[in-house]
Amino acid sequence: MILQQQISVELNMRNSPSDPPCQSALFKGGHQNITFHQHVNPSQFIVWELLQDGPICRRLFSNSGNFWHTGTISCNIPELAAEMIHSLFLINHSGDIFLEKHWKSVISRSVCDYFFEAKEKAVDPENVSPVLQTPHHYLITIYRDKLFFLSVIQTEVPPLFVIEFLHRVADTIQDYFGECSESVIMDNVVTVYELLEEMLDNGFPLATESNVLKEMIRPPTILRSVVNTLTGGSNVGDTLPTGQLSNIPWRRAGVKYTNNEAYFDVIEEIDAILDKSGSTVFAEIQGVIEACVRLTGMPDLTLSFMNPRLLDDVSFHPCVRFKRWESERVLSFIPPDGNFTLMNYHVSSQNLVAIPVYVKQSITFFEMGPCGRLDITIGPKQTMGKTVEALMVTIHMPKAVLSANLTPTQGNYTYDLATKVLVWDIGKLNPQKLPNLRGSLSLQAGAPKPEDNPSLNIDLKIQQVAISGLKVSRLDMYGEKYKPFKGVKYLTKAGKFQVRT
Amino acid sequence: MGLIGFEAAFHTSNSIVSGSLLQTLVQFEHLMEIVKQVSSNFQCFSSLRHDDLKEMLDSNKDSLKLEAMKRIVAMIARGKNTSDLFPAVVKNVACKNIEVKKLVYVYLVRYAEEQQDLALLSISTFQRGLKDPNQLIRASALRVLSSIRVTIIVPIMMLAIKEAASDMSPYVRKTAAHAIPKLYSLDPEQKDQLIEVIEKLLADKTTLVAGSVVMAFEEVCPERIDLIHKNYRKLCNLLIDVEEWGQVVIINMLTRYARTQFLNPNMNEEKDKKAEAPAMAKRKPYVMDPDHRLLLRNTKPLLQSRNAAVVMAVAQLYFHLAPKAEVGVIAKALVRLLRSHSEVQYVVLQNVATMSIKRRGMFEPYLKSFYIRSTDPTQIKVLKLEVLTNLANETNISTILREFQTYIKSMDKDFVAATIQAIGRCATNIGEVRDTCLNGLVQLLSNRDELVVAESVVVIKKLLQMQPEKHSDIIKHMAKLTDNIQVPMARASILWLIGEYCEHVPKIAPDVLRKMAKSFTNEEDIVKLQIINLAAKLYLTNSKQTKLLTQYVLNLAKYDQNYDIRDRARFIRQLIVPTEKSGALSKYAKKLFLALKPAPVLESPFKDRDHFQLGSLSHLLNAKAGGYQELPDWPEAAPDPSVRNVEVKDSVRAVGTVIYRDTGVLWALQGPQKVEGSEGCSCPRARKHERKSKQRKSESESESDEEEDSESESSQTESEDSESEAEVKKKKKVLKKTHFKHSSHANMYRPFLHLLLCLQTISPSSALKSYEMLHRITGEGLSVEYCFSRQPFSPDANMVAVQMQFTNNATSDTKNLHMEDVKLQSGMRVKEFPEIELLPAGEMVTAVMGIDFCDSTQAANFQLCTHTRKFFVSIQPPVGELMRPVFLTENEFKKEQGQLMGMNEITEKITLDVKCRNEHSIVQRVITAANLSRVPCGSDKECRFAGRTVTSSSLVLVTVATKEEGAAKLTINCEKMVIGTMLVKDILLALTQ
Repeated sequence: MILQQQISVELNMRNSPSDPPCQSALFKGGHQNITFHQHVNPSQFIVWELLQDGPICRRLFSNSGNFWHTGTISCNIPELAAEMIHSLFLINHSGDIFLEKHWKSVISRSVCDYFFEAKEKAVDPENVSPVLQTPHHYLITIYRDKLFFLSVIQTEVPPLFVIEFLHRVADTIQDYFGECSESVIMDNVVTVYELLEEMLDNGFPLATESNVLKEMIRPPTILRSVVNTLTGGSNVGDTLPTGQLSNIPWRRAGVKYTNNEAYFDVIEEIDAILDKSGSTVFAEIQGVIEACVRLTGMPDLTLSFMNPRLLDDVSFHPCVRFKRWESERVLSFIPPDGNFTLMNYHVSSQNLVAIPVYVKQSITFFEMGPCGRLDITIGPKQTMGKTVEALMVTIHMPKAVLSANLTPTQGNYTYDLATKVLVWDIGKLNPQKLPNLRGSLSLQAGAPKPEDNPSLNIDLKIQQVAISGLKVSRLDMYGEKYKPFKGVKYLTKAGKFQVRT
Repeated sequence: MGLIGFEAAFHTSNSIVSGSLLQTLVQFEHLMEIVKQVSSNFQCFSSLRHDDLKEMLDSNKDSLKLEAMKRIVAMIARGKNTSDLFPAVVKNVACKNIEVKKLVYVYLVRYAEEQQDLALLSISTFQRGLKDPNQLIRASALRVLSSIRVTIIVPIMMLAIKEAASDMSPYVRKTAAHAIPKLYSLDPEQKDQLIEVIEKLLADKTTLVAGSVVMAFEEVCPERIDLIHKNYRKLCNLLIDVEEWGQVVIINMLTRYARTQFLNPNMNEEKDKKAEAPAMAKRKPYVMDPDHRLLLRNTKPLLQSRNAAVVMAVAQLYFHLAPKAEVGVIAKALVRLLRSHSEVQYVVLQNVATMSIKRRGMFEPYLKSFYIRSTDPTQIKVLKLEVLTNLANETNISTILREFQTYIKSMDKDFVAATIQAIGRCATNIGEVRDTCLNGLVQLLSNRDELVVAESVVVIKKLLQMQPEKHSDIIKHMAKLTDNIQVPMARASILWLIGEYCEHVPKIAPDVLRKMAKSFTNEEDIVKLQIINLAAKLYLTNSKQTKLLTQYVLNLAKYDQNYDIRDRARFIRQLIVPTEKSGALSKYAKKLFLALKPAPVLESPFKDRDHFQLGSLSHLLNAKAGGYQELPDWPEAAPDPSVRNVEVKDSVRAVGTVIYRDTGVLWALQGPQKVEGSEGCSCPRARKHERKSKQRKSESESESDEEEDSESESSQTESEDSESEAEVKKKKKVLKKTHFKHSSHANMYRPFLHLLLCLQTISPSSALKSYEMLHRITGEGLSVEYCFSRQPFSPDANMVAVQMQFTNNATSDTKNLHMEDVKLQSGMRVKEFPEIELLPAGEMVTAVMGIDFCDSTQAANFQLCTHTRKFFVSIQPPVGELMRPVFLTENEFKKEQGQLMGMNEITEKITLDVKCRNEHSIVQRVITAANLSRVPCGSDKECRFAGRTVTSSSLVLVTVATKEEGAAKLTINCEKMVIGTMLVKDILLALTQ
């Protein structure tokens, strides 16, 4: 917002043929106000517009008398200084702005109207384009946990930079308060505001590591909030953030635990598309290692795998040393304190992906009469000898399906009339008695037979196994003398597991 | 707002009068609720409530102040105006309570712009803060001061920034870098002064500052690329340890920099297409600038970052800068991002779409990753479709088409339409499948969904234009559709097709026109225009049957509401219907209307988008965003690369330079006070040591090539690591450590005789010197000594054998002794010793490793690992160990010496040590100093020695000619002058002491 300065411009415009041309104009305080020095009555100018290209021009429309004049002021305003993120608005599902934060001059919340317009057009909130262009600003939005995080940008900035940052804000809120919802944010609005203040400086990220933030602004706990109300204490840390000063910003100094423990969860997700006949169109395994490390002091950990060759593509938390991975295929790192994602990986596509379940399905709609038939059976396929749990099938039905009258042999099903989503919650898969869901679907009378068959989305869990076969071989700790408790847990889940019909 | 709510409540109360009593009661309760709400809202805004807050702020209880500030900040967060509290709040700027203070800052930054005069009251507090001994308070004061957007304090800000830029705390310097763009946006007139500050901060060597200052550079003076030259290599080397956000900014800036400074690595290929072979022959072969290579090498590991923005930044850097053969590495990382949040997917897919046009091969292996799920948001589906279409070629088209077939059944109609267009594009691009696609599309014409049919018609029309004669039956089929299909674009397309190819369907065309004439008035404008078009074409080809129909249509059009249609009718009538007045034109009417039309080219909307820097907002929008810096074209000839050379200055280095990820050394964290203490370099010895290590660095740099810059940088870092490690320990230890450091590479070794080794050596007369690699105190009981055994290293003749002796002085066993993380200058190689499984307490073990030092005295650095610990050790060879003895006769010696005259000969006059005046001791001392063999010699006044360097086999000839009273002349002839010079020094030392 550079318009606070006085800018002299030549105005090639007269209000009426007899008037002298305007000599100069003063722009002040943002887009809304224009103050004119002389000869011009400000009330006559009601709209002005910033043109995107070329030297900055401002077009004025005046309504002196009964007719409109248009004119252009051209001036060489120094190029707008770029700032990354100008403002942030938090908007709930129904379109109310419930929090705003500006890192520079205030931008009116009316800027969000462009977003609301786009949201109106898109049926699903997910279908709103993340990047919107408005006459003066760019809006970059993410949709997380039924909330929109809308950031206002004025100049060129890598869109991913902003998107990644907004997700980091949401992650931090989640980390602090356990969930990221409107009520939680409003209950802790001051803390959230303080966090936002620390995370960005002049629109550029400053402290985004949760460990550093937690040193400055302590997350609320029930005990502390009770104590604070009694003693008038604060949740702003009185120690100064040392983490920011070190070259290991993700770890705070002076960590102490009586129980030293390090737990690692290896979680794998199977992304797959199966076609009608059950054969695999596409399948891959994504893995993530979530860590929970509570270790005293400054431990230096080395995590090695039995079969690191399985890992085809990896991305790391900044604490992991690339060179050690490149040369020895071990993860060597000084861990952040607490919970964090150590690495994400992708299992090499040469390996065949084990598909844990098979699905026999038939969904048919009859040409005659407004009804259809549904019959789904699920059975185990390659489960590595473990039980498949938390099995669930979700089907987005065509719009014409009015209701479903089905009988499951196991679990129960719900059909949401508004969203047309059929959910069959099965639970544990019993290989002896395969779960089956069958019955009839009734269609809207008179509606044409749906041409398309809905696809099935499957959720499942298998405990104690990583489906790729990845195994952690050992965890070594250097730099500290004590013996920590160590643990590794494996879990396989269905990711985007879809069966086409 | 409160008032309006109140009024609304009042209306409600009026309307309840007529209701029953019960209802009234219920409603009354409801009303009370509303009143309550309204009154609480009302209070928020009434000055009464604000008075309340003012009172709280004026009280001397911190808890009340805090409560008030919390309420005020909550109001700001909701976007409510609290500016009237400004005087009451600003008074508390110097409050002792840290949370109150922070909240006051939040308030101040928000409203200072509106209350400039009052805001000035707070400035002195911050000015005081700028002088605080605690770096964090200095930084925070600068941060708030620079965020107050009040023009009048510009000079104060400028001064504060300048001072902070030379603060000894890197954190304060970082804050100064952040403040630069703030000041610049407040007053652009300060640009020149700010550039000076930026220049200064760019020279900063800490990772903490690097990202922020480059951000300031990008915002204030992105055109001053010259400021980057001297810092280029440093930025490349620091990059991996800069925080994520800084990495993005630096990589984007370096991409632009590289485009102005280096040559296009793909220029030969691109020239290939244009120029002919003979012209090519004249071109110089392309050699990549080592700095260009450095950038590519140092950014590559960042593809593994967890931050999508970093990955994208590296990907665009490779796309814009890397040789074609190397760009492929980014594909895997980009595909990985597709599993991230849908917003990330959206941006990445946009970029992949652009890349896949130019470098299709890169993404082909990941084809399946772009398959579409029914749950994807529409904009993602459409982008994936775009990528799949770009990736289609002869080999994979059948799989892609099969995939497309399933998409057509989707419920999402926009997506189905996009799929049909994609099929059309595949069909135009790949001739083999054109008929298959066309048949598939024709089948879609009988689809139930009109949108699908319409889209198919439009695409078929485009395809038919390519070869109409073969497909008259399809045209006939489409003609029949006019009865059913209502989508205007589709109707218009059909009519155009029939008109264009009316000669292929002579019987049907007039009939279609007849039907259309009937419905003309009800058609959409685009359809009407095509009806006129069809009529005109038929009139020209088949006027007998259609003359009347045409005139009828033209008459209808003449009175149409749309002026375009009226105009068109008038124009066509003049053109086709011959009258007396119409002159030459009507003769050519047929040529005008039925000229052969070029088939449309179906192009990707992402074609040529890569003129925008990928990953940028401008690329995404396909329009230049404000502040976008154009990606420059490659220069024709490379600018002078020497501008990036840096002479090493002896500057005070700050903490935080330690490179974490490169070396893997743990730099122990200390509290801020301690850190500050070490910055000041209160310990003069430490500083001295630092200078020494610098000198060493400058020596090594002058010798090594530019390309090795990065390596020498990292070795420099290592010396620092040990420094900071040392700082953690007590100062006494610092001294000790420094001592070790020097002893490991300087000449202060203690002679150590080991009989066993002596027996094995070729020249038994000389004792082998043993050097200390790891002292038993540093090694926690493990001590390691090494010597150069002077044995040929059997696995590789170009390597120098290093014999190591491990002694376990501790009380417990040491296991798994092995080496790791070997850091070498380029060209050097190491053959590691086999892992020692077990070294029991009190035992001693020897092992041999081979090192190819490349005829240089650069140290080989590595980690010595045991099952519990890692130690950084290095082996630095004395120059004398870089050679092996050769046997020459006197004549051969003289012949070779004659060829190594001039520059290759170094002569030194010396006075021999008293104990070293006989032939025997001279020989012994020379052979101890260097691994040479004696050359038989007739004269007893001269001793001659010969050897060859291990790696390059360059001859090394040494002559010691003695004169009276211990005077002597030392001559060394060697092709490698550096080796010669160093050898002279060593032998000189051996003979004179």
